[in-house]
Formats: sequence, C-alpha cells, structure tokens
Amino acid sequence: MTHANELTITQARDALSAGDLSATELTQACLDAMAAARDLNAFITETPELALQRAAQSDARIARGESLGGLEGIPVAVKDLFGTQGVLTTAASHILDGFIPRYESTVTENLLNAGSVMTGKTNLDEFAMGSANVTSYYGPVKNPWKRDDGKDRVPGGSSGGSAAAVAAHLSLAAIGTDTGGSIRQPASFCGIVGMKPTYGRCSRWGVVAFASSLDQAGPLTKTVRDAAILLQGMAGHDVKDSTSAPMAVPDFEAAITGDVRGLRVGIPREYQIDGSPAEIDAIWQKGADMFRDAGAEIVDISLPHTKYALPTYYIVAPAEASSNLSRYDGVRYGLRIDGDSLDQMYENTRGEGFGDEVKRRVLIGAYVLSAGYYDAYYVKAQQVRSRIAEDFKTAFQKVDVILTPTAPSTAFAIGEKMDDPIAMYMNDVFTVPASMAGLPCMSVPGGLGDDGLPLGLHLITKPFDEETLFRAGDVLEKQANFTARPNSGGAGR
Amino acid sequence: MSYLIKGETADWELVIGLEIHAQVISNSKLFSGSATAFGAAPNSHVSLVDAAMPGMLPVINKHCIEQAVKTGLGLNAQINLHSVFERKNYFYADLPQGYQISQFLHPIVGEGKLVLDMEDGSVREIGIERLHMEQDAGKSIHDKDPRRTFIDLNRAGVCLMEIVSHPEMRSPEEAGAYVRKVRSIVRYLETCDGNMEEGSMRADVNVSVRKVGETDLRTRTETKNVNSVRFMMQAIEYEAQRQVEVWESGGAVDQETRLFDPDSGETRAMRSKEYAHDYRYFPDPDLLPIELTEAFIDAIREQMPELPDQKKKRFMRDLGLSAYDADVLVGERETADYFEVVAQGRDAKAAANWVISNLFGALKAAEKDITSSPVSAEHLGRLLDLIADDTISGRIAKDVFEIMFATGQDPVLIVEEKGLRQITDTGAIEAAVDQAIADNPDQAEEVRQGNAKAIGWFVGQVMQKTQGKANPQAVNKLLRDKLSS
Repeated sequence: MTHANELTITQARDALSAGDLSATELTQACLDAMAAARDLNAFITETPELALQRAAQSDARIARGESLGGLEGIPVAVKDLFGTQGVLTTAASHILDGFIPRYESTVTENLLNAGSVMTGKTNLDEFAMGSANVTSYYGPVKNPWKRDDGKDRVPGGSSGGSAAAVAAHLSLAAIGTDTGGSIRQPASFCGIVGMKPTYGRCSRWGVVAFASSLDQAGPLTKTVRDAAILLQGMAGHDVKDSTSAPMAVPDFEAAITGDVRGLRVGIPREYQIDGSPAEIDAIWQKGADMFRDAGAEIVDISLPHTKYALPTYYIVAPAEASSNLSRYDGVRYGLRIDGDSLDQMYENTRGEGFGDEVKRRVLIGAYVLSAGYYDAYYVKAQQVRSRIAEDFKTAFQKVDVILTPTAPSTAFAIGEKMDDPIAMYMNDVFTVPASMAGLPCMSVPGGLGDDGLPLGLHLITKPFDEETLFRAGDVLEKQANFTARPNSGGAGR
Repeated sequence: MSYLIKGETADWELVIGLEIHAQVISNSKLFSGSATAFGAAPNSHVSLVDAAMPGMLPVINKHCIEQAVKTGLGLNAQINLHSVFERKNYFYADLPQGYQISQFLHPIVGEGKLVLDMEDGSVREIGIERLHMEQDAGKSIHDKDPRRTFIDLNRAGVCLMEIVSHPEMRSPEEAGAYVRKVRSIVRYLETCDGNMEEGSMRADVNVSVRKVGETDLRTRTETKNVNSVRFMMQAIEYEAQRQVEVWESGGAVDQETRLFDPDSGETRAMRSKEYAHDYRYFPDPDLLPIELTEAFIDAIREQMPELPDQKKKRFMRDLGLSAYDADVLVGERETADYFEVVAQGRDAKAAANWVISNLFGALKAAEKDITSSPVSAEHLGRLLDLIADDTISGRIAKDVFEIMFATGQDPVLIVEEKGLRQITDTGAIEAAVDQAIADNPDQAEEVRQGNAKAIGWFVGQVMQKTQGKANPQAVNKLLRDKLSS
C-alpha cells in the first residue's frame, strides 16, 4: 500500500473506520515526511508532541466508538496565520516574535472539535501579503514541483507552505486563508485543490487579519471531495465575528453527485487578457471542453468591470491592512525595539519588525485613506467593487458556475518578479474579482503547462452556493484526471 | 443678557461650542464582554479584544445602542436608522488597536436641541449637531516612574457618547447651563452617571471670539481636560480673554488643542497644528452598519421617563410652583422624586419651601446630597402634616427638623417623646397669660398705654413659659383681649 501520508482524507477516513490504520500511525507518517522534507521550508513550527497526543486521543475515541466524524484522526497542517492556543503564531513576521496566543481561532477550534490533528504551522507570505511565499521572515518555501532547469520554484502565495505541504504529502490536507487568491493561486502552482468559501462562511475570529472585508479561511486538499469534507469541519456561524453568516452549513460532500448535465458554465470573455500565454488559453479551453463532454452547457458571458478588479483590490486591501497592522506597535506583545521616546520605539519596532512588502502595503493603504485622497481612491474603489459584484450577479442569472484560469502562469523561479511588484500583483488577476465580490471559488488541477508544471482551473459560483462549486469541481477533477506527481520533496516516495 | 469683552478696538463676543464625552452606563464594554466598573485594579477588566490581540474582532453591545438612542430622544434629536462605525487611526500607547472605533460620516443621532432657562429668566435654545458612539481609550499613567509610562486598559473600549453642540453659546454661563442640562438629562435617562470628577463626563470646549457685528467665525481653539462646570467656565473666560488680547495686539489665534490647568486657571497649548493628525477614517470592515427599525426606536421611546423640562412644566402648572422653585427641584431626578413624595397630598408650595430652604441648607452644611439625606421624604411629609393640623407650630417644626436631621427619627415620635405638642387648650394658655401679666405689671401697663411692641415681648414670655408649645395665635389674641384698655 501507499504510505499513509499519501492518502486522501477520504481514503484515510475509510482506513481509520475500518481499523486498518490508526490515527497515530497516520500522524507519525506525516511527521516523518515533514522531517524528511524540511528543505521545502513548508512549516514555521512543527508540533509533533501535540499532534501525537491528539492522534492518541483520536484513536481512543475511535476505539470507544465515539468518533467525532469525517475528520477524526485526520492530520491537517495549519497556516501560521491562525491563532493556536499555546503554539507560536507568527504570521511569518518578525514583529510577532515569540507570540503564543492564549486562544484558539474559531476555525481551528472547529477542526479540533471535529477530531482532526494539527501537525504544525505552515509558512506563508508575511501577514499573507504576497503571491510567491517569498516575503516570509522565515524564508521562502520551495515548490515540490521542479523543472529540468534545476531552479527552485515558488509554491505561490500567500498560503505557500500549506500548498507545498499537501503537494509533497507532508500532510493529508491543510488550511489557509485567501484574500485575493492566497489559497487558489498556490493550489494552482502546486497541483492541488484550493478552495475559498463565500465571505462569511468561516469565522475570521482568531485569524491574524490582513484585509478584513476579504479574508476568508479555506481548505487546501488533494481532491475536491477532501475539500468538501475539510470545509465541513471549518465552517459555521460564529457570534464572535459580526461578518460571519448566520446560516446553516449544508452537507457539502452530499452535493458531490458526479452529474453536471444541464449545468450552465459561463466563460467570461474579459478574462482573455492581452499577452496571456497560449498554455493558459489552452488549459481554459480544455476545461470548457471537459465540462461540455460531461453534459454541461457552455455559455459566453461578460463581466465588464473585470479589468478594474486588480487595481481596486490594491486600494481596498492595503487600506484595511494599514489599519489592521497598527496594533503591532511593540507595546503589548511581540517584538519591541526600544527608543528614546514612544514615537522612536514605534519607528524602531515597526521598522525592524515589518518586511519590505508589508511596509509597501501599509504605505499604500495609509496613502489612499489620507485626507484629500480618500474620495479619489478608497471611495471610488468601493464603488467599483459594487459594480464588480453586480457583474457577477447579472452573470449568475444566466449561468450556474463560471470557469476561468486560476493563474496567468505556472510556478516561477524563486527570485523572479521580486523587483517588480506590479508583475507580482498580476498573479492574482484571475482570482481577485471573485474575492472582491465575496464569492465561493476553487482551483482544481487542470493539467500541466509547457514546462511540465501544474496549472489550475478556477470555478466561481453564487454566494453560499458551495454545493454547486463542489459538484462542478469534482466532475472537472475526474475529467482532467490529473495524476502527475511532484518530482521532489516528501518522504516515502 | 450679553457677555462681551471690551477690547481697545472693539467689543468682542464669544462663540462657544462643546463636545461632551459621556460614558454610557452599561455592564460591559462597547465591543467586548469586559466589565466597565470604575475603580478596579489596573488591567483587571481587559479582554483579548480590548488588548487588541491578533485576530480579535469587535462585537457590538446592543445595550449601548439602546442607551445612545435613548439619549438622542432625550435631546429631542433625529435618530438615524442607518449609522456606521468607522476607524479613527492614530498611534498611542493606550490605544491598543492603533485606531479608535468611532462614528464619523453616519452618526447614530443627528440634529437636536436643548432649551436653557437662564438665571435671569431668559430662555436660550442651543442646537445639537450630532451624537455619536465611540470607544474610550485606556489610561496612560506618567507619574509613577520618572522614565516609564504605565498603561491601564480597564477603560479601553468602554462606550462613550460624544454629544456635539453647534457653536451657539455666547457666555461662560450659557456653556455652564448647557452642560448642567445635558448632565441632568443623561442622569434622568440613566444613560450616563454624569460624574465629572471621575471622568465619566468630560467636555472639550471650542472657543473663538469675534467683534460684535461680525458674521464669520474666527479661528477657534479646543480646550481639553475640564472636569467640572466651574473649571469649564474658568477656561472659557481665560481663553476668550487671551484670544482678544492676541487679536488686539495684531496677532492671530492659532487653531490648536489646549489644556486647562486647574491650579493656575489658565490654558496652554498642547499640540499645535503641525502635528495635526490625519485620522484616515474609513468604515470598520469588522462591523456591519447599524440598521435600526422604527419599532425598535418606538419601544425605547415608550420607556422614556419624564424629563426635567416636562417635569418643570408640570410642577408649575399642576402644583403652582414658581419657575425658580420648579427649576431647582427638577435639576436632579432624585431631588424631584424626593420632593414629589413630600408634596404628595400636601401643600406643594410649603413642601417646596421645606425642601429648598430647610433640607438643602442642612444637606449643604453637612456636605451630604439628597440620596444620603438623614431625613426621609416620608418623614418630612409627616412633619408638614404636623404643622398643617396645628399639632406643632412652625417654630417648633424647625426644632423638630433639626432633631430629625441629627437622628433620622420620625417627627411624630419626636413630638410625642419630647412633649412638643402645641397647647390648644385655651384654659391652660389663659392661665399662662394671666400669670405673665401678673408677674410683669410694668410691662402690662406699657401695653395698656398703647405700646403695641410690648405685646410681642409678652408673647415671648408666654411661649417661654409653655416651652413654645402654646399656639402663638391664641396667645396673641388673649393678650390683646386682656391688655386692651
């Protein structure tokens, strides 16, 4: 049999309930794989003792016939943006040095209550700001996928550690957060499934905030079904988050029927961008063909304000971030670099504590909110944001799901685009519009690019219609039959 | 009534606007479950949200919304069905989030007005621009250590209402009356305890001056840290005088924040405009806008108590009190309640007299307030009954009141125990009168000769003989009868 860490959640669930595998064995396999693949730098903190302790508890529950459900005993890697009680929580920033929360984020608490086992805290871009996982204070993450040129590739970002960990089978699954594409783009780069639910589906309580009106937790998994199972354990209304939706959570896995006959799949013409590589058009076309083959109806649609989404995002997200990051001031926790005055202490602490990309966004954000510029930037951006949401609303009168590419390229080499922030920001061009509208969306591996690296296909549905998203994603996954494996990293290969 | 400052070149008038920060009475903070009680050990009422730990989110306290709406209704103001919490961004060590959650473009309460009854009988109407809700900051303590500042976050996140007036006050007295009126209303409503010494009500004072006849406003200053009505009036006087001197000497007033120093009675510049903050307000993405319904507001309106203005009118109309007496009695809800118990079924004017002259005087001398009065309203009422049914005279009543104030006893008991009941038996009085005349033949003769004044002396003698218990009218009448020639 394959090594336990290479199982999907679905397979492990069956093996655990059949008694063929213990949670402890499964967890140990992941811990061994993590230890063997430290070169990837996917984890900031490994939590082997805690993981084995929880796995043992899980085994005890299974033995007593008190299994907590689909995630009982399943190892999950957690992006180091989620506050985890008693476990270092860094947001990959120097400024949170030594910060150990006394609280557990709602999402990770939900996962604990569902019986899952946290194996460690994964690396990310500092404060989730980045598309390549190169802004982490703890160093870049390497994509387990390699090219023949031998250069290390980025895993995408900001949930790069989570994506790399799943792709390299260091964990059965991982959770991340997505603000403008931070789950979906790394999923595309690493050849896995990455899903962002509707804004409000998962609580943001206890998750280090980047851009509050956009941040949303979601699963990174090996299969679409696994994503449905993992999201089931994460989601739910939380009175501690005023923006979490007071709605019941449907049975996501039950929505996966394998049948998309009659499903209307929209192809938005504005996602056809100038200078887009032929391989991107090709994979997109392949996606449409696969849906048609499965009995879905392909419909051309228009989302006219698409081209404004990225610039608008880079006003709204930094604006919120500049304010959200004000609390990191050296006064109460984390890093403090003393100075002769309070202002000097602030300057020293924030000057040393934040990396360049974070500083860039804090500056952009402070600028667009400042007197005299607020109306021209922030207010205008909010107006455009409403238009973008209206575009989708109109489109969803004609279609059930929208299909686009996830990213404009395959994974690039570490070090590329570092001196060109705009080129870096372009990574999110296909993922940002759905984020601005708060819609559920998912990247599913579609195939390989010309360079042999994975490319994802991106699906978007109506607010709170994750069920259609999983149903469509599952069919696409089966049609694509993506079986390629990364050629580096991971133990037990 | 006009308050003008005489300058070399012109007479100057004052333009005063007030921002009152009133701490809302609520068990927990505006966005967290922490307690709000004053006087707890430092940093003992601090939740993860108050300390702005990473990932913490504010959740609105519905009770605070109700309190703000109630106050808005009490200020005769527009309640806005849609309002928005925004972030006011600035760095300070006692502001854990690095921003204060406040309201900016869309406050919960809009235009309102207050009517001020001035001491000289004039009436002034002052417009209220808005009332908005916001979080308080923590406290920085600079005087415990020469080098370090200590931070107490107990207050951080407590709900404040900022009540902003239009710049429509023209004298320190008007400003004083305005603050007292606001204080009275919030105390009636139980939305703020109005305690200025403890800082649960604070005022920032915007002052400018202009020459009489000018219609435009000149540059204003904002003075902070005035923690009593008296200090506020002092600060206004000082600041107006200072500004007149600046203008008169050819200078210009700087727009700046100033601090009042209660020891010197002066204001001094705190921050100048070069350091003016750009607060970068924007709607807080962690909170949804507040959407109120008319039904919600109506439900609060139905619970509104009678407010001082209404009460004053009722006291004048139904009880026949003078405007002055009514005004004095309605200022504090507790006083009005006390008075109403005393006046219930009795002569309201007499009740008002006793409360205002005797009780207030005694309370002031003893440095007590109405809530700690040793004389209960029921007992004072009974004392009035004893006077009304001639059980005791008004003079004896004053003695009884003194005993009541000292001991807290029931006046009926005091009168019985001390035997102070008025002598109404004419036989007994007549005997005392006869005795007095017999004992003082010379004085009796004087009266008979027509010296009316001497009658008073005889009354005194008889009252002394009877330990004041004789009915003075009866004594007077008997003396006149017996000494008439």
